Amino acid sequence: MTRDVTSSRDAEPSATVSRWSRTASVSTGAALLVVAFLAVLPYFVGGQAEQPLITLLTFIAMATLWNLLAGFSGLTSFGQQAYIGLGAYGLYLVASHGINPFAGVLLAAIGAAVVSLPVSALVLRLSGGYFAVATLVIAAVFQIAATLSPSVGGTTGVILPGLAGYGDVLREALTYWATLAVAVISVVGVYLLVRRTFGLDARAVSSDPVAAASSGVRVGRIRLLAYVIAAGGTGAVGALIALQTLYVEPTTVFSVQYSVYMLFMVLVGGLGTVEGPIIGALVLFALQETLSADGAWYLVIVGGLAVATTLVASRGIWGFASERFGWSLLPVGYRVRGHDR
Amino acid sequence: MNWVNAVIQGILLGGQYALIACGLSLAFGVMRIVNLAHGDLAICGAYLGLVLSSALGVPVWVTLPLLLPAAFAAGMALQVLLLGRALRHGVLAPVLVTFGLSAMIENLLQVAATSDPRGLNGGALTLASFTVGSVTVSWLFLAAFLTACAVLSGLQLALSRTSWGRQVRAIADDLDTARLVGVNVAPVFATVAGIAVATAALAGVFIGTIGTFDPLAGTNTLIFAFEAVVIGGIGSLAGTLIGGIALGVTQVVVGEINQAYAVLAVHLLFLAVLVVRPGGLFAAHQAAHEPRRQGALG
Repeated sequence: MTRDVTSSRDAEPSATVSRWSRTASVSTGAALLVVAFLAVLPYFVGGQAEQPLITLLTFIAMATLWNLLAGFSGLTSFGQQAYIGLGAYGLYLVASHGINPFAGVLLAAIGAAVVSLPVSALVLRLSGGYFAVATLVIAAVFQIAATLSPSVGGTTGVILPGLAGYGDVLREALTYWATLAVAVISVVGVYLLVRRTFGLDARAVSSDPVAAASSGVRVGRIRLLAYVIAAGGTGAVGALIALQTLYVEPTTVFSVQYSVYMLFMVLVGGLGTVEGPIIGALVLFALQETLSADGAWYLVIVGGLAVATTLVASRGIWGFASERFGWSLLPVGYRVRGHDR
Repeated sequence: MNWVNAVIQGILLGGQYALIACGLSLAFGVMRIVNLAHGDLAICGAYLGLVLSSALGVPVWVTLPLLLPAAFAAGMALQVLLLGRALRHGVLAPVLVTFGLSAMIENLLQVAATSDPRGLNGGALTLASFTVGSVTVSWLFLAAFLTACAVLSGLQLALSRTSWGRQVRAIADDLDTARLVGVNVAPVFATVAGIAVATAALAGVFIGTIGTFDPLAGTNTLIFAFEAVVIGGIGSLAGTLIGGIALGVTQVVVGEINQAYAVLAVHLLFLAVLVVRPGGLFAAHQAAHEPRRQGALG
């Protein structure tokens, strides 16, 4: 199908079709510089700057992965905290078997992805609101299961082992680098994924599954792929959260608050865009830094802004900006330009 | 261990679940909205009952003539101001909006009422009970069950016998055709949302009288209501009652063996039903992944 469109474009000589743009080159260069700067940061500043950046990078990874589900594939899961928790507990299990916790982040991610396979067989039978509540049930089941397992500390939780050999400075720097890596891999991975045919297919599935299926899109496969990748990535985020807090407790790691955050960041930033979740993460981070003194009000505002964005500006900050100014920092579509100059 | 007792208590508990669930089921059947704030609205009802009954110094039942119309009006306002608008932004928007609303309600309640668990003043009914053989039945549980049955059959009657019910069923079957033959959709949607919130608030009053509630209880309330709806068959009110009873019996019977596993067992029952019959146990030819085809109400 894509080929046909391309060939009909080729038959029209008065316009060029391009994917990349000068803006995109500049922004990619700038992004590389930012990442390089962030990577060397621990050599210049101490834990004071690392802690907030870890929070921000965790937000970026969470939002980007939720956007893959809800924004691109139409799967509004409010139970991704299930994988945050699984990742955190997975890291505990790996570390208590003597494996290095920083290497264990990868194993925790794989573990979460593997668990998400049978779960997807259940929840992907549903769609829309029903899918959303079913994912909440899944998160509740995992939380209760953790509470009932004395081997992972039951209701009281467990301390993350295997970090005694690291000094505080080194441990914090390693946690920071691991978080930076997971955030960059999430953003780049989702970007590369949605640039492929997968992106088009996923959007088709999201807007009308029946029509997508009738045009030959393998709906089940697209939804499964999005769900499993998001689960694995969110598992890595959960493992990182365990690395930061050094403690895994069922009520915190399975908290529905994570879903509220993901919803907020993706909606406010721009649903279904690669840039949006990053902007949303920056907004949430700024809100948290200004309002964190009053926990409950902060969440009221976060929820309220998410509702208002959906109703008033459903494309979010980035959707608005890219429409208004024609920006596309990380292009996933094609641009058609006439040669009439 | 008394199994007969456990089953009877489970059936009575199931009535409460069905009472919370019927509004969720109705709203989905008619407006195609899964209101993720439904459980929180039930808890709001409980808090409203707390405010009214302590302000007036009477048992919460006396405040129902004030509370229920207020909840009905709140439901209509919710539909007009929020859900109706969200529906115009596509199928995902209501899901996103109601989840955001749920977070707002839970945290507003925390700001306004702290996170301490509360209970409602149920008057003399709270502790009264009667004994038949080896089974002791609390009048309060029985009242909750009978109220649920009355509300569900009243709704069913209204749907099948009144002109309003005909309009609701027409919309549930096919919104566009209903519009075409002259059904004025907006007021029907508003009344359905009003009923959904009023029944949720009534259920919230029973939740608060029988046990305790706190600002975050809404999410679990929603999950239980949703499970009752799915187990019973989406869009079927009789099914919702049976679904609620299935949940209640599972919870109490498993709780009799080990209290820690009671809620887990309920969730597992729900997941098992999802595997075996995604459209619900009591709804023929319906599948949850085909939302457009679920027309039948009752």
